[in-house]
Amino acid sequence: MINKRVADVHDAVKDIFDGATVMVGGFGEAGSPIELLHALIDHGARDLTVVNNNTGSGHVGLAALIENKQVRKMICSFPRTANSTVFPDLYRAGEIELELVPQGTLAERIRAGGAGIPAFYTATSVNTPLAEGKELRSFGDRQFVLEMGLTADFALLKSQQADRHGNLTYNKTARNFAPIMAMAAATTIVQTSQYLEAGQIDPEHVITPGLFVNRIVYIPSPAHESELVAANRSYP
Amino acid sequence: MMENNTAQHPSKQIGWTREQMAKRAAQDIPDGAYVNLGIGMPELIVKHIPEGREVIYHTENGLLGMGDSPAPSEIDPELINAGKKPVTAIAGAAYFHHADSFAMIRGGHIDICVLGAMQVSQSGDLANWSTGEAGAIPAVGGAMDLVAGVKRIFVLTQHTTKQGQAKIVHQCSYPLTGQGVVARIYTDLAVIKKTGDGLEVVELAPGVSPQYLIEHTECELIFPKGSA
Repeated sequence: MINKRVADVHDAVKDIFDGATVMVGGFGEAGSPIELLHALIDHGARDLTVVNNNTGSGHVGLAALIENKQVRKMICSFPRTANSTVFPDLYRAGEIELELVPQGTLAERIRAGGAGIPAFYTATSVNTPLAEGKELRSFGDRQFVLEMGLTADFALLKSQQADRHGNLTYNKTARNFAPIMAMAAATTIVQTSQYLEAGQIDPEHVITPGLFVNRIVYIPSPAHESELVAANRSYP
Repeated sequence: MMENNTAQHPSKQIGWTREQMAKRAAQDIPDGAYVNLGIGMPELIVKHIPEGREVIYHTENGLLGMGDSPAPSEIDPELINAGKKPVTAIAGAAYFHHADSFAMIRGGHIDICVLGAMQVSQSGDLANWSTGEAGAIPAVGGAMDLVAGVKRIFVLTQHTTKQGQAKIVHQCSYPLTGQGVVARIYTDLAVIKKTGDGLEVVELAPGVSPQYLIEHTECELIFPKGSA
């Protein structure tokens, strides 16, 4: 019988290996899987390539993973945050790599990776520094740049509801990158605020079908990043 | 952030305030438009949309039908806008993931995007993401996707920098966000549109002479006959 639920966050992340590429859901704090990120800090895998729109805030969650020197490279669109100096300080010191990708191109690279499409052309970034060194091609009277699909070894995501099949729903704008990251990762690990019996999520309302999900861990009251930051908390 | 134009043009109490600039830009947003507003001054446009027009706001993190800021007791940290500020969703709103959100943008389904600018060139090039300075942390967000895909790009900006340097220039010295993408520019001094021949002045702000505008602009401007 399919049952993707695992006992706890430590079980959920225990096979993340050194050098892995890890997609982390969230746009700002909305959708950030804080408990899974903290479990990854406890687990200790290093030399990671992390894909996220931002670089976390304060000294918790993604920022704490970066601060703990577990991340070799960030792939993101907006690595600055008003309330975090973790990434900027390491970047200026030359201790972390950055691949800067326009936000929509980042999303489409992840979607393409999950959909089995190796590369695609987009008009975004043509005639800007971010298209330098990339293949250009004209379609009609317009130029486009070739961008590569993006896949990952693992995705760490947060859902509102999940069942044992891995069917997911999300909370409002916490959805952001999660559905496409679930498709693009070889192993998709989800922390969920509600764990439901199969059939309790109306099939018409499933946002991420369960086949994209490998592990579910039940975190009934997830921390909010902004509250941790406001309380000046840090991890570990 | 400038509260009005007096710091840029200290000797002349002329031109539009920030609110007046936003109000002027709002006149050009039609009923039924799907609109994406950049962070900062463009957000002022919401309250100046003329009565009787229904405008639907898109925020690229995954909401169509963005409403006002919530009351403190109503804040949900998972209902935010692209600036990561708490917002509300109007009746009839929709949530979606990032690939769908940028399909709306890149696929030409958003009617108007209003953005700030560091520089706009004579041919409508926009620079608004990086000064290219060494040591700066580069960050682009969705700006390049928006200018590549939204049907019409409006720029809302002071006409000059705080130091008085022209922002409307012959050629951008900063790294581009997009080439030839700007349709209209709303500044404290004028409304300007891009044409096949260059930048054409649509309207001068109160008290602004053509000569004054020319002195504060680093490229040719077209003044149509009878305009000023």
